[in-house]
Order: sequence, then C-alpha cells, then structure tokens
Amino acid sequence: MAGVSKEPGFLVTTLEKGVNWARTNSMWPASFGLACCAIEMMGTGAAHNDLARFGMEVFRASPRQADLMIVAGRVSQKMAPVLRQVYDQMAEPKWVISMGACASSGGMFNNYALVQGVDQVVPVDMYVPGCPPGPQSLMHGILSLQQQIMDGEIRRSTGVL
Amino acid sequence: MTDVHDTSDIDAGEDVLEEDAADGRDPENGQDAENGQDQANGEDTASVETERRHLHEVWVSGTEERFPFSAATNEGAQELLPREEDPALAIQAGVAVEDDYVTEPEVSDEERQIINMGPQHPSTHGVLRLQMELEGETIRRVKPIVGYLHTGMEKTAEVLNYAQGSTNVTRMDYLAPFHNELVYSLTVEQLLGIDVPERANAIRVLMTELNRVSSHLLWAATMGMDIGALSMMIYGWREREVCLDFFEKTTGLRMNHNYIRPGGVAADLPDGWEDDVDNLIDVVNEGVSEYEELLNENPIFLDRTMGVGVITPEECKQYGVTGPIARASGLAWDLRKAAPYSGIDQYEFDVPTGLHGDVHDRYLVRIAEIRESLRIVAQVKESMPRGDYRNPDPKVTPPPRKRIDESMEALIHHFKLFTEGIVVPPGTAYQSVEGPRGELGCYLVSKGGARPWRMHWRAPSFAAVQALPAMMTDSLVADVVAALASADPVLGDVDR
Repeated sequence: MAGVSKEPGFLVTTLEKGVNWARTNSMWPASFGLACCAIEMMGTGAAHNDLARFGMEVFRASPRQADLMIVAGRVSQKMAPVLRQVYDQMAEPKWVISMGACASSGGMFNNYALVQGVDQVVPVDMYVPGCPPGPQSLMHGILSLQQQIMDGEIRRSTGVL
Repeated sequence: MTDVHDTSDIDAGEDVLEEDAADGRDPENGQDAENGQDQANGEDTASVETERRHLHEVWVSGTEERFPFSAATNEGAQELLPREEDPALAIQAGVAVEDDYVTEPEVSDEERQIINMGPQHPSTHGVLRLQMELEGETIRRVKPIVGYLHTGMEKTAEVLNYAQGSTNVTRMDYLAPFHNELVYSLTVEQLLGIDVPERANAIRVLMTELNRVSSHLLWAATMGMDIGALSMMIYGWREREVCLDFFEKTTGLRMNHNYIRPGGVAADLPDGWEDDVDNLIDVVNEGVSEYEELLNENPIFLDRTMGVGVITPEECKQYGVTGPIARASGLAWDLRKAAPYSGIDQYEFDVPTGLHGDVHDRYLVRIAEIRESLRIVAQVKESMPRGDYRNPDPKVTPPPRKRIDESMEALIHHFKLFTEGIVVPPGTAYQSVEGPRGELGCYLVSKGGARPWRMHWRAPSFAAVQALPAMMTDSLVADVVAALASADPVLGDVDR
C-alpha cells in the first residue's frame, strides 16, 4: 500500500467511506407510527412522494430488521416504556428520527399525559419540525440524517442517554 | 361561642373560658364534654373517609354489586381474568364462524394460550393492544387495551380558550380533522346562540364531505394492505393526495387544519376552487372504480372478507357502534338524515346499508359512501351561496385587518379577541355530527368566561374498539386483522 499513498490511514478512511455509503443508502425504518405524523409518514412512503428513491421504503414491522426508528407522533407516558423496548430490540447501528412537534418537545400538549420530548427516552439523531411535518419535511430530515452518517465515523456508541 | 371547637390554640382557649364564665355557664363540664364529643365525631368521619378512599370500589350501573377497582396503570392490572371470573365473557360471545376448520369441544389447558398483539404492531392502526386467548387457531376471548395514545386533550381544552380550542380538537381524530372542528364549532355556537352565514355552512359541508372521502380512501388503502392486497396502499394514497392537495390549497395544511372555527370558517375558498373540485370528483370516482375492479371479484379478497367479523344490529346498538359498521349490519342510521347539521339536509344523497354486517359489507358501504359524499360535494359546488363566510358578530369574529387602522372599536375588539378570547355564557351543550367513523359528539360545560369548564367527546372509534370482542370471538386468528381493519379505529380518537 505504501506505493499508493504516503498519507496515514488511507485504507481505514476509504473503508469508512464505503461502509458509510452502504449504511446510508439502505436504511430500513421501523414503522413506529403513533398519531397524525404516522399518516404523513405513510404518505411519504406512498407513490406520490416515493421514499423508495432514497432506499428507505421498506418499513419493517420487526425492530430486529430495522436500522432507523422514526418516532412519528405523540408519545404518552404509557407508551414510553414500549418505545424504549422497541429501540433496545433494534440491532446496532441504529438511528432515531423524532418526527413532529409532539415527539420532539411535547408540542402543544404540555400536560400530564405526554412525554415532553422523546429524547427523554431514546437518543435522537434528527428532529423534524412540523405539526405534522409534510412529506417534504420528513424527506429533508432523512436526507440530512444520511448526510450526517456519510460525514460521521463508523464507530459510534448509541443507546447511552 | 360558635367557633370554639375549631380553636386549638391554648391561649385562645383561655379567652373562651372567660367568655363562658361571663355567659354564666359552667366552664369545666360544659365545654369539655362538648369538645370531646365533637372530636370523636371528627375522627369517625375522617377514618370512614380514608377507609372509603382505600377501598377503591367502583359501582357498576345496573347491578347492586361493587367490584374491586384496580385502577393503577401497571400492566399487572390488565391480565386476563380466569374464565370463571370474567364477567365480560357472557356478553362477548360472538357469532359462530362456519369454516373448514374443526374446533374440538374439549381443549386441554396446554393448548390454550394467551397472545398479545400490539401496541406496536403494523396492523393495529396505531397503538391498540389486543389480548387474545387462543385455542389452537380459534380465538376464544379478546380484550382490547387502550390508552397508549392518551394525550389529555380534554384536559388541555380547559386551559385553551374557545378560539384556540379548534387547534386542539382537530388533532383528536387525525383522519377527520374537519369533522372534529365542525362539531366543536357547532357546540360553541350553540352555547353562544349564534348562527353562521349560508356560505359558511356550505363550505363546512363541502370540506367535511371531502374529508369523509379522504378518510375512506385511507381506510381502503390500509385495509387492502392489512389483508394482503398491497397495491391498494399505493392506489388509495394516490387519490387521497388529490384531496390533500385541495385541503392544502384551501387551508394551508394537509392535516390538522384548524379551518372551521366558531363563527364560520377561517378563510374563503381559493380562486378556481370549482375546477379543483371538478377534477377531484373525476379522479376519485375513477380511482374508486379501479378499486372495485381490483377487489370486487378477487377470490382471495372475498374469502378473507365475507362472513368475517360479523356483528349484528342488536350488538351494534348494545355497544353504541355507529357509522359504517352499524350501517353494514343493516341499521340505516346516519346523523346527516336523523339530525341534520349545517344545512346538509338540503342536498340529495342516499344512506348505503349492508345486509350481513361482515367485513365485506363494510367495504361495500364505505365505497358507496365515497360516491355519495362526492354527490353531495357536486351539489354544494353547484349551489354555493355568495356572501360572507363568517358571522359578523365582532365579539366572535375578529375584524378585517383594514378596519383596525380605521376604527378604534375594531382595534379594541381585535385586542380583546386575541387576548381574552370569545366569551361564552354559562351553560351546557351537546352536538354531534356524522363523522367518517360514526357519531362524533362534543359535550361542553361552560361556567361563563373564555374557557370551557369541561369538555368531553363521544368518540365513534371508542365504541368500535369496544365492539371488537363481539366481532372477533370464536373466529380465526387470521381474521383478527381483517376485522380490526374493517372497524377502522383511529387511536387518536379512542384515547384522545
């Protein structure tokens, strides 16, 4: 390899780019639909907006097969442990998108019933604003996450709050 | 002398003794005896109160018995009871399903198992959880568990004023936001005792009927996906997007519009709306014909839907089930005919009903309802009245921006409306409309002022979820998803 490049870490950084590229373009979301945002998430996956363009149309019912959890909707106190369990069941590497105002911050419901932001339960990589975010917003969030993965390192520890 | 027993202060007690002496009564005996007796009484009532609070009993109407109430939300309280002790078992006996499977009359306990479906399951339409007791492939008991999407909206409504309220309620049944806003606005208008202009009524009917179309289209999409007709997901959404585009053009949002408000609607229809509606009617009608072509004679679809998830008209009445489920079982009950609102009785339409009350009839009824709603929409388009789209009452409707620069009165009204809100006289009101899932009702209690004292909703999905055991008991596991999809519960509506 010495003849190829004098720079240190050439092999590792190239490998990292390759792995990141692969991860980016076949990210399968777990279908974690909760409320209104889930409908827009379905709309994003349907023909009109066609999430398949970004290699992400395969919404998995089982968290074991999923890389990305899109928390779409309001998370109640009763649902929070379930959400955490689904997250724990997902295999590494895994990412979380918090879709919509309720999942991100509790939204307009500042009361006894809702978790005020899903980042109290699971670590969130990307917040998508809106109530509910339209398909374009969600796709922008997904593309931003893909960019983040492309620019990041292979090794990362998740699941630590 | 009257408040003597409440003063526990010793210094005050001396004063009292002096007063007693002055009154000529014996300070020693009289006061001590009275005091002691009263203290004992106080202790008695207090202990009874605490005992009552610790008993956690709940009285079930229609019976003389009190059942222990394990109210905590831990999952332990939600286990299925032993068969002998389950009071719900007597009323959950559904219709016997005749199919090509054999059910053993005697099943050993080893073959009996309890399966948990949800709350995170792709075909529970949200976060419904079902506990099912199975004997082999046959379901013997179903227990729906709700509350995973409880958002506390009825409580939140008590801190929002009436003008802000429709922002809150539109997020309840998120597939029928216009219906939520309409019934809320109608209830507030009933409390205020005001009417809305003709044009506002027509716009309301137009938007709610289009909302019924979009809701049923989504139902067709998800129902198809749930029972294996995956391409329905693509087709249903294709037509729904046309509806959503029109909503977005009119209200600015694809969902959760906050468009119908107390006193009228938020904005007039956009320019060129007639062409959009014409186009929408054509596209949706064509699309629905395509669904019928795909599904009506599809043997797999027929096998999976006919005779599945049957509910009788009597059971519908017992469970309070309304809407397409009740109509599919033969009850011609539609609030648009029975208790017309917003002048919907001036349009011609039919109420489609089914015969068998099974999943297939619910499919037929909903498809027919899409066509009927489009009929109403076409009539509204033809007869749309001119005029204002909001009630001119300045205490309800904010003045136009231009008037604020010209008139002090308008400025004051604007300021009051956006700081205090709409002031509503004391009273109670209930109003219901025919939502896509059945009777959607809003009950408001006002003590006067700008905020409701209590709001409660009659959610059609809640009744539908309640009736799921009647549809599913004694059927096959594979039919659970079909029955659930045909009931079309929206968990935001169930849990609120």
